[in-house]
Amino acid sequence: MDLNDKLEQRLRAAAGELAAPEFDTGAFAERATREGAADVAYAVVDSPLGDLLVAQTPRGLARIAYLDFTTTDRVLNDMAARLSPRMLEAPGRLDEARRELDDYFAGRRRDFELAIDWTLVGPFGRRVLGHTARIPYGSTSSYGEIARAIGSPRAARATGNALGANPIPIVVPCHRVLRSGGALGGYTGGLHRKELLLAIERGERQLEPERR
Amino acid sequence: MALPPFQTALDEHRDTVARFLVATVGAQEADDCLQETLISALRAYPRLRPDSNIRAWLLTIARNKALDAHRSRGRRPVPVAEPDPGATGAIATAPGESDADLWAAVRALPGKQRAAVVLRFVNDLAHADIARVLDCSEAAARRSLHEGLSKLREEWT
Repeated sequence: MDLNDKLEQRLRAAAGELAAPEFDTGAFAERATREGAADVAYAVVDSPLGDLLVAQTPRGLARIAYLDFTTTDRVLNDMAARLSPRMLEAPGRLDEARRELDDYFAGRRRDFELAIDWTLVGPFGRRVLGHTARIPYGSTSSYGEIARAIGSPRAARATGNALGANPIPIVVPCHRVLRSGGALGGYTGGLHRKELLLAIERGERQLEPERR
Repeated sequence: MALPPFQTALDEHRDTVARFLVATVGAQEADDCLQETLISALRAYPRLRPDSNIRAWLLTIARNKALDAHRSRGRRPVPVAEPDPGATGAIATAPGESDADLWAAVRALPGKQRAAVVLRFVNDLAHADIARVLDCSEAAARRSLHEGLSKLREEWT
């Protein structure tokens, strides 16, 4: 064995002993968002309706995803392509969203104060969801009514599609839109969740978070 | 084909970058260098071509931050740290042969040789990837590595 081999072995052995420094992910995410280096802050938030992926930009809340219908990776990759790849997991940045959601599920909050970033919504969807956002807590509307209200009376089906593609369910209350006869219709998070949200708004259910 | 979320790239490559920096600038300065590397990377990230080698790109940024750290240390009238007598390596070593001494010798190499040695032996990079990080030909990367090892052999053994 020549000297070079010995040196190389020695280097590899020493490399194996190198400790990577502690890295405070939360502090880094905090700094990066504060300095404007990150465009999207996200976190997985546990809720009485299951895990929610919540994401916001400096403009406001951009995405809430029920995670049992998709994977975190799919939601994140989609946002990287359509919002910005400068994304960081930054739970601290989503404290306010988490608080408002908790209060809503517990029946203590009727209106969300969170600003909305509509970037993930197209022009037609924007009209549909913009109108949907004005349906008062505890009331319901129908696909046909919304289509008429936005001046596209024949677009009830397209309206249904736009509601189904709502990137910010719960906060943009697409669960308040039913089929014209009063049937539930569909829901991005599954019909059991739509029923639960409507029950909360009728004052029949209060769901306290299990955490803390 | 789009860039993955930065967080995904971070989770995948942070340890690689951290180990490169600890070996290159030492544990004390590695923390700051890592933060600066990742902030710079995050800022520049959307301009990266989606088919880029993200690990090599991050290491290139880390290498530049390490060079900055070396330069600013050069300007400061701080003596080279004494080898830590308490530091022990995986292998029992005679005085003057501790891991700390070895890394001190690596850090004393000229910039390109230093980076090549660390990328090869700490990060296990292939020559082609070392070339990518150093932005040179593969032959030049091999040469830097070879020269670095020769110098280490002279000074360290």
